[in-house]
Amino acid sequence: MEVTVNVNGTDYTRDVEPRMLLVHFIREELGMRGTHWGCDTSNCGTCVVWVDEEPVKSCTMLAVMADGHRVKTVEGLEGPDGLDPIQQGFIECHGLQCGFCTPGMMMTGRWLVDKNPDISDEEIREGISGQICRCTGYKNIVEAIRWAAEHPKGSEVNA
Amino acid sequence: MTAVEEAPVSAAGNPIGFGSMKRKEDQRFVRGQGNYVDDVNLPGMLHGAILRSPHAHAKILSIDTSRAEAHPGVVAVITGKILEGIPRPELLGDNFAWMPTLSYDTQAVLATDKVRFQGQEVAFVIATDRYTAKDALELIDVDYEPLPAVMDAKKAMDSGAPVIRDDKGQTDNSITDVMGNKFWESGNAIGTQEAIEKAKADPNCVVVTQDIMYPRVHPAPMETCGSVAYLDPVSGQLTLWTTSQAPHAHRTVYAMVAGLPEHKIRIISPDVGGGFGNKVGVYPGYVLSVVGSIVTGKPVKWMEDRSENLMSTSFARDYHMAGTIAATKDGQILAVDVDVLADHGAFNGVAQPTKFPAGFFHIFTGSYDYPHAHCKVTPVYTNKAPGGVAYACSFRITEAAYFIERLVDCLAAELGMDPAELRLKNLIKPEQFPYETPTGWVYDSGQYEKTMRLAMEMVGYDELRKEQAEKRARGEYMGIGISFFTEGVGAGPRKDMDILGLGMADGIELRVHPTGKAQLRLSVQTQGQGHETTYAQIVAHELGIPPEDIEVIHGDTDNTPFGLGTYGSRSTPVSGAAAAVVSRKVRDKARLIAAAALECSPDDLEWSLGKWSVKGDPDRAKTIQEIALLSHGSLELPEGVEGHLDATAVYNPPNLTYPYGCYICVVDVDPGTGQVKIRRFVAVDDCGTRINPMIVEGQVHGGLADGVGMALMELIAFDEDGNCLGGSFMDYLLPTAMECPDWELGETVTPSPHHPIGAKGVGESATVGSPAAVVNAVIDAISPFGVRHADMPLTPANVWRAIQGNPVRVDMAVE
Ligand code: FES
Ligand code: FES
Repeated sequence: MEVTVNVNGTDYTRDVEPRMLLVHFIREELGMRGTHWGCDTSNCGTCVVWVDEEPVKSCTMLAVMADGHRVKTVEGLEGPDGLDPIQQGFIECHGLQCGFCTPGMMMTGRWLVDKNPDISDEEIREGISGQICRCTGYKNIVEAIRWAAEHPKGSEVNA
Repeated sequence: MTAVEEAPVSAAGNPIGFGSMKRKEDQRFVRGQGNYVDDVNLPGMLHGAILRSPHAHAKILSIDTSRAEAHPGVVAVITGKILEGIPRPELLGDNFAWMPTLSYDTQAVLATDKVRFQGQEVAFVIATDRYTAKDALELIDVDYEPLPAVMDAKKAMDSGAPVIRDDKGQTDNSITDVMGNKFWESGNAIGTQEAIEKAKADPNCVVVTQDIMYPRVHPAPMETCGSVAYLDPVSGQLTLWTTSQAPHAHRTVYAMVAGLPEHKIRIISPDVGGGFGNKVGVYPGYVLSVVGSIVTGKPVKWMEDRSENLMSTSFARDYHMAGTIAATKDGQILAVDVDVLADHGAFNGVAQPTKFPAGFFHIFTGSYDYPHAHCKVTPVYTNKAPGGVAYACSFRITEAAYFIERLVDCLAAELGMDPAELRLKNLIKPEQFPYETPTGWVYDSGQYEKTMRLAMEMVGYDELRKEQAEKRARGEYMGIGISFFTEGVGAGPRKDMDILGLGMADGIELRVHPTGKAQLRLSVQTQGQGHETTYAQIVAHELGIPPEDIEVIHGDTDNTPFGLGTYGSRSTPVSGAAAAVVSRKVRDKARLIAAAALECSPDDLEWSLGKWSVKGDPDRAKTIQEIALLSHGSLELPEGVEGHLDATAVYNPPNLTYPYGCYICVVDVDPGTGQVKIRRFVAVDDCGTRINPMIVEGQVHGGLADGVGMALMELIAFDEDGNCLGGSFMDYLLPTAMECPDWELGETVTPSPHHPIGAKGVGESATVGSPAAVVNAVIDAISPFGVRHADMPLTPANVWRAIQGNPVRVDMAVE
């Protein structure tokens, strides 16, 4: 089946099997390796991307369902002015160790902060509770997302 | 020791030495540019998938692969029969169907005669893509004759129990180690027994016994295990990209397993998405990707899915511990005895030093000073997945620390004594270090009471006890749990410690380039520990080269010196020491070159960070960067001094390092539902000198979450028929941000006297220390119901049953 998906602002047209998962489409068909895969049961969240500006576990969606939609992945976070504050926040607050959960955590974190710039720690914890990190014990991830909330985009600090 | 000295700051804003520096590796990870094994794609690469056994124990009557072979896109189907036909040099078995384990046992690569656990590897399909390979698995017809399975370790040695390892001619399910032992002992059996008997007869003493189980759990790193193998048919060179914590050890194992010449094997362990011990062993899947490449002449990728990871790769724990502790009525510990039944699964695949088949469980004596201790560990085969030491445990120290900290709380309950008071009374005193334990281990350094008092102060211990008393009066149940643990990490002295005959030393190589920038090549491998940053800081501390000018190279056997890898918190104690030693070699050589350049005697020079200068004339000096250029230039070098500014070292640790800590957990328990809520968690760690405190604290956070997971949620259980009940993230529950509290950390710093920079390992401390704190807190909360012990995981159901006085076996399916 031919699908056209807009990923990080560019349209990609590919002929895929109807059963192909979106996560595999992004990784295998488009060669974007920042979106990871970590479970068979939609529990881990290492695969989170945005579909039409909403975070989605890309292992729970077929590539054909994304036909005609906008997808944003970790590769789309960095802008011409440098890293997105969510990326800088993860560096500043040591929000990552092995880095495997990090793209998914950042995609959710960016969305949480966009939705609610005054987000509380409790709300951040709830917001990422569908995602697992085995390395950080979450404290620094919460702080990294908080850092992004405190440093709005374009506020120089992320140069 | 330089633990608290403030390091000067480089032009890039980094500490030239120790301090909380942002990690270098983060730059690629936050951009999604990590390079994990599944990110490796080679031209013409094929994909493998493994058919696994649905049975825990069954005879294989026949395997028919014809339908799978005919499936479009399938290139080859490999079975155990085919592997049996591939001869292999005589090392450890005569064909490819079996491979050696890290404990000198054998493990089936693909089952030939029988399957011995649910999820065991039965056939390997190689196809043009992942989906096709998986499709073809369903076209393989295997005829099984199911056999009764041994799922309860306690019944493994019953007469008439089904024999699992008939392939080895066994007549029972006992395990014999390479030294010929069927069980492993440590300490003084007779002295301990006598002390316990004497205490029993003494009205001023008590003797407490308690069965304590550490159930089977799984490290479950977010990245599963996998590999990409390519054996170049022309050059005979095998390149294997693999999820490995120990690339060099793996290279040697492949040389043995595959009979390939070791100089033609290159293991690349790129970015690894968490290890926690799961990626120490060599799994059949890795070997199959190699075989697949040999058979097809193409690169072959194999990545396991999550269920495969949980059901077949290295589990952890599964220790049934029967403990006895004797003490005086005023709380002086006299003796501890423990009898352990160790469930090793179907193949003895534990990764630990050869002479320590029960790992470092001997450290069960804990942080206390008493004269008598003894343990006996008896391993058995069961129809469960093999492996058995993984999950951030420092070689079974997790089991040991949990055991003693739980047993001490049972003693406190029996004595009616505050568990903090009981611990303070028995802690080893600072002046007793180096302290030799009753099982013969020599703890290097510690200020235990200071650390414990800090933790108690941070948590507000006395006020919490008051609050608890008030709440109890109102029918509310809060609990306070303490764990004081000591670990022995950094295996280890070569004469005592090896894995498969490979001594546990680590090589390192430092090259300072003409412009003063450096490359450091490590034998150890990072899975998130931040080596690219920490090791640059060690060199910076020793040589004064800014950390941003030092590139750390690791994870590729062709580009790094030999060493045993990263696990058991051994990187900093062993390889970190090597980094300091190799830097000092360079510094010594730099002195000779500086003396030649300054036309003085080396003895006239003194070192201050980054330069050698003439004593009393600090303006006559050469910086390390200047010396680097001189060493590569035309300066006449003194007799015996070679050009260039490079050095190598192999570090053989004289002893383990012994980090320790005191953790205090506060929980609230709802007696109606059994729900546990962790309110606070205070962790005070002493890991000696902290190279990068930010990274140390991050590692502690992660380990604490592990501990909460194991204490409250994680479990690989089985039903009587051998079905694994923890085979997905729907069933194997891991803590999320909701279950984890906002960790409160503290530190004391007691450097290791024998480590060049005074550092001790820390990666596993929190995983080792935290489960007991959580469990002790929960039991403390529900002690008014007469509960003295309940086994992990303390799920709401298990807590509720304990409150009802009706605890169940957690490791077996509950009717
Ligand atoms: S891969 Fe685990 S939730 Fe998508
Ligand atoms: S950083 Fe390793 S899983 Fe989150």
